[in-house]
Amino acid sequence: MSPGRMRDPMPGRPLRLDRPLLSVRGVRKAFGDHVVLDDLSLDVHAHKVVVLIGASGSGKSTLLRCIDLLEDVDDGVIELEGQDITDPRLDANAVRARIGMVFQAYNLFPHLRVIDNVTLAPRLVHKASRAEAEAEALAVLERVGLAAKAQAFPDELSGGQQQRVAIARALVGKPAVMLLDEVTSALDPELVGEVLTLLAELKQAGLTMVIATHEMGFAREVADEVCFLHEGRVHERGTPAQVLGNPREERTREFLRRITGP
Amino acid sequence: MSWVPSERQQERDAYRRSRARRSTAVAFLSTFALVAIAVLALVSSPGWPRVKASFFDWDVAVESFPAILQGLWLNIRVMAVSAVLIVIVAMGLALARTLRGPVFFPVRALATGYVDVFRGLPLILVLLLVGFGLPGLRLQGIPTSAVALGTLALVLTYSAYVAEVFRAGIESVHPSQVAAARSLGLTRAQAMRHVVLPQAVRRVIPPLLNDLVALSKDSGLISILGAIDAVRAAQIETARYANFTPYVVAGVLFVALTIPLTRFTDVLARRSGWVGAQSTLAGGGALR
Repeated sequence: MSPGRMRDPMPGRPLRLDRPLLSVRGVRKAFGDHVVLDDLSLDVHAHKVVVLIGASGSGKSTLLRCIDLLEDVDDGVIELEGQDITDPRLDANAVRARIGMVFQAYNLFPHLRVIDNVTLAPRLVHKASRAEAEAEALAVLERVGLAAKAQAFPDELSGGQQQRVAIARALVGKPAVMLLDEVTSALDPELVGEVLTLLAELKQAGLTMVIATHEMGFAREVADEVCFLHEGRVHERGTPAQVLGNPREERTREFLRRITGP
Repeated sequence: MSWVPSERQQERDAYRRSRARRSTAVAFLSTFALVAIAVLALVSSPGWPRVKASFFDWDVAVESFPAILQGLWLNIRVMAVSAVLIVIVAMGLALARTLRGPVFFPVRALATGYVDVFRGLPLILVLLLVGFGLPGLRLQGIPTSAVALGTLALVLTYSAYVAEVFRAGIESVHPSQVAAARSLGLTRAQAMRHVVLPQAVRRVIPPLLNDLVALSKDSGLISILGAIDAVRAAQIETARYANFTPYVVAGVLFVALTIPLTRFTDVLARRSGWVGAQSTLAGGGALR
């Protein structure tokens, strides 16, 4: 698998490598009267890791869900590989298949074995044969260190193992970008490490990722850019050293003080 | 090294064993006392000799048994055929109610209206209307046999109930499961077929079996259309011997038919961890 592989979204049009792989511009999303994302903009370049930080309710999850088209934006544009994916005329299923999403609560399918969780999309969406899909799935499970658990059911695994299966399930479709939503928040402290180590390896392999997290140590280690979300906007962005070590904005300082304690 | 229970643990185990023996003895005694009181009350009632003669006549029971058993065979066949049809129609109704989009408005509305009407109508009215009304239309292809019309009425009514059971199962699957499936690129239909339905159906198997038990008894209602099932056969035998024992025989046969179904439901419910589904013997939860 070549993680940074670029697909040609519109045949015949030259792919611009200098342009961001994922571009969010002026996105607004409200639930009733509650405005969650307010004119939010964000660029993610190929092979880069962007980490989203911010208080609960600052819009991190909603932003990721909007990018994966699990929510419709109220305004603004999201471009993936130069293509406006917020266009309602587009086949949303085909777009989602190009994006790998990993959820806080794993969301594995409890009635399917690990291998079947991973092969479901290749077989149904990419129309791979069972043998083909299983070979591919085993290779990805090998990569997350769980090939031995292929025949297990999700509830027979630890939380950390379940989350690694969920990552494998998202990876197997060779997504252009991976979206990870607080993927360690539901884990016991001693299980967080195995998931973060895996993500660091994926970064090494050149994957493009947008990660919402509360793990500041991890953010410092893997992020190319850290974005602090506040009141539905990117309030401050920069290198991890700058945003986490020497924030310019008072809100950012306040947030970091609160989560690291006195 | 093998584990030898400590003295304290051995003492605990001995205590628990003695309690268990005591519980069994108490259960036995209380059951015996209850049955004895009930039998005594029955036998000592002033009318008992007459009731015994007209409801519990062994010879009548033996002689009417073959006819009633033959009737029961019809109940079993009606039940089997309608159960299959009910599951198909009900699943169609439940899925129709989950369809999105303006195109499907008539389908959704029809399914909702159907469930509203047939859950509200008493089964016996549906039986009479279908049994006597449909043939009156004299349409081509409409069955005229009492068994076929009775089965149709059962399917019409039960599908409405079972559709709601399926719908409850579908709605009990957490939306995050659908989100995960859709995020992988599955279509709405694929997510329903491969992620939601397998989990939903597994969850509703105990209530479905419950409806199957109810259906096995209600299959007896087709006798009002003239089909000779166990109930109708018992009625005929009762008239022949001027004795009510055949009704008791039919009752015993129906119970014998449904008990295995109910026990099977319990086993499935326990396996899926339903609270309150402990075995009758243990009586209550495991916590002391």
